Amino acid sequence: MRIVIVDDSGLRATVLEDGLREAGYDDIHLVPPLGAWVAKLERMAPDVVLMDLGSPSRDSLEEMLAVSRALARPIAMFVDQSDDQMIGAAIDAGVSAYVVDGLRKERVKPILDLAIRRFNAFAKMQADLDEARSALADRKTIDRAKALLMKSRDLPEPEAYALLRSTAMNQGRKIVEVAEALITAHSLLGGTE
Amino acid sequence: MSAPPMSAPTPISIAFLPLTDSAPLVAAREKGFAAEAGFDLSLHRATSWATVRDMLVYGQVQGAHMLAPLAIAVTLGLSQHPAALSAPFKLNLNGNALAMSTEFVAALDPDPVKRIADPEGAAHDFAAAIGLHRRKPVVGIVHRYSSHALMLRYWLGYAGIDPDRDLALRVLPPSLMVEALRSGEIDGFIAGEPWSSVAVTAGLAEIVAVGSRIWRRGVEKVLAFRTDWMEDHADMVDRFLGAMARAAAWCDDPAHHGELAAMLERAGYVGQPAATILPALEGRILLRPGTAPVAIDDFMIFDREAANFPWRSQALWIYSQLVRWRMVEKDEATERRAADVFRSDVYRRALAGSDVPMPGASMKVEGAIATPTGVGSHSGALTLGPDRFFDGRVFDPHNIEAYLAGLSPR
Repeated sequence: MRIVIVDDSGLRATVLEDGLREAGYDDIHLVPPLGAWVAKLERMAPDVVLMDLGSPSRDSLEEMLAVSRALARPIAMFVDQSDDQMIGAAIDAGVSAYVVDGLRKERVKPILDLAIRRFNAFAKMQADLDEARSALADRKTIDRAKALLMKSRDLPEPEAYALLRSTAMNQGRKIVEVAEALITAHSLLGGTE
Repeated sequence: MSAPPMSAPTPISIAFLPLTDSAPLVAAREKGFAAEAGFDLSLHRATSWATVRDMLVYGQVQGAHMLAPLAIAVTLGLSQHPAALSAPFKLNLNGNALAMSTEFVAALDPDPVKRIADPEGAAHDFAAAIGLHRRKPVVGIVHRYSSHALMLRYWLGYAGIDPDRDLALRVLPPSLMVEALRSGEIDGFIAGEPWSSVAVTAGLAEIVAVGSRIWRRGVEKVLAFRTDWMEDHADMVDRFLGAMARAAAWCDDPAHHGELAAMLERAGYVGQPAATILPALEGRILLRPGTAPVAIDDFMIFDREAANFPWRSQALWIYSQLVRWRMVEKDEATERRAADVFRSDVYRRALAGSDVPMPGASMKVEGAIATPTGVGSHSGALTLGPDRFFDGRVFDPHNIEAYLAGLSPR
């Protein structure tokens, strides 16, 4: 697992790196938030990014997350001093994880695990949502194709659907693909719905 | 409306970024307006908008100096952890400037005064300069959801520039812009003062556009609270807005600008020389290194003409731009939630009975006022100054669809 630590403090980064190495990680890179560091980060394709909560460079990182899917990675934030209220709220929000109790290397691994778990849960939710959205879009396409068949061949709805389904099976294609082909052909032939 | 004597002051903490428009908060503390209203106001300086936002959202502070579009974006769930935020008070209008490196400026009109005075011509020149540049110019913005980024987009969009296609926009905190310009990482930046003036004073850049000439009374920072906290602490909020209104009026008075600049100079606030902070307060801006400063009226407004009043139509203009640049889907429920972030009702409640002039309406057609105009007011005489957009377009909050249809690119 490749871990990138974005930090300009040598001491903090060392504590984090030691903690990670003791936890058995060895693909660790330090990127100071200077110059074109976001581009560098993108090229490194890390699995996890660790960054200081108070870093002025967080806006840049967030912008990158907003525009680039390539960087959709767990981001673990760490802070120097204990600040339970904020950390608790942040973790509940599922966005980031925070290192509590100052910065002790023993704390690094659990935080990292938590960040990854949270991220994966969020990514799964996102994937489920995308899937639900595309299922809905497929449904609409199929409904339109069905309506075309019902109108042009004067079929009742169950038979129109059965025709789509059997065509798909015969051709080894998905129903939605057959429906799309039908709609395209119909519009090419100048049909209106 | 001061607190009863002998009672302990109410603690309230507000997060802010080192910018000249944090002035009303700084004055509220340093000139005692907060204390008079019974508050022990503590101000927490941060370097990035992400930190200010998190401090507010996670309850580290009760209020924040915040980019108006960011308050809306957080409420709409566009920026990290979503939270319902409310802005019952605008801290200022305008105060931004676009500074471009002297090298890029060589391709623009050589007269810096003309560039500021003729934003239409300057936008076309900028478009031509992009063509001359061998690569996309890299322009620093302070946040995706910042007032200045939206104004920059609006201004360049007029000349047919699609900022997402023709520019490389780079997000950096305002205080790091000058260093990034010096090292050649960016070709220019748009940020709140004093940062453009710092870049010009350092001989690195010229100012090529100012926010107040793009939208004459454009929304800039707001005082934001978490909505639930604001509702639970109505008395406290009312008292605090009273203190803020007095602080904003104090900041707007030219007689106080010298003292205000000296206050903001301190390391805990803006931390830049007063001489660099003063120009934005006075509206006398150094456009090019080694020349005389140029008077730009309405460069930054803290109080006059009900500047602090959160017009819902202004929140909707921001929403319209988020839709235009595909940052949010157009949707009626979203539109309503965006408008609701600007709490003109709370402003009215808090400042009722004070001598602050109170607009009669909560929406107006933005950009329709060309010369100072008297308007309906519940208390005091209220004159609104010109609020023109540089291209003469008007924004009717009741017809966003038609407004968007007329904008290109979109």
